Amino acid sequence: MRFLVYLCAGAAGGVLGGMGMGGGCVLIPILTVFCGVPQHLAQSVNLLTFLPMAAVSLCVHAKSGLLDARGVLWTAVPATLLSVACGLFVQGIPGGALRVGFGAFLCLLSLYQAVTGVKSLRGGREKGRGAAAG
Amino acid sequence: MAAIKTIAKQCGAGLVTGAVNGLFGGGGGMVVVPLLQACGRPPLVAHATAILIILPVCMASAVVYLFGGWFDAELFLAVGLGVLAGGAAGAKLLGAITPAAATLVFAAVMFAAGVRMML
Repeated sequence: MRFLVYLCAGAAGGVLGGMGMGGGCVLIPILTVFCGVPQHLAQSVNLLTFLPMAAVSLCVHAKSGLLDARGVLWTAVPATLLSVACGLFVQGIPGGALRVGFGAFLCLLSLYQAVTGVKSLRGGREKGRGAAAG
Repeated sequence: MAAIKTIAKQCGAGLVTGAVNGLFGGGGGMVVVPLLQACGRPPLVAHATAILIILPVCMASAVVYLFGGWFDAELFLAVGLGVLAGGAAGAKLLGAITPAAATLVFAAVMFAAGVRMML
């Protein structure tokens, strides 16, 4: 039973992720709010399950020539280093506090999404896919 | 110098992305796509290239969480299978609905979840 609930939660996150919207931003709240998974564990499982998906979509994008790797290291290296530092920092934070922080982050992100959504509705024929991904 | 400014911009984008992804175990992609667009990449290329950045970032932070002892085999297996199946379906759905409408619905759901988590 537990397995099935988790499977459905993953599928919900996966659908959004596959559509190019932040799957993890939905998966983590579903797991913590509805399934009672601890915040740290939900974040960990989101990171792990993202990896195979990312590898597959990377191959697809590479084939369709959408990758532009010029200067990517300037972003990827500082991002990786700081994510390790912040990951270590968070290990010492209680789950409740982390959850509140995550909630605040979600609210900010959703406001930004709403603004870009309204903008592209107004822009009409603009075919840009909003501003969200993985 | 324009070149130095570009590099600084790219590093800044990386720092913000890394901080978000490390702290919240996700969401880095949501942040890095608009930042890559701000660095001059067209939307679709920004989406694709974002994964190139997020992949090593997620790998590194996943290791940190694993060392922190946060792993549950059943949870990982169930969610992983769900994500793969859902991901394939989502990619097919992509053409079926208008992006702006999807973005707005998505924003509303995320906002509700965010408020719920802060309470």
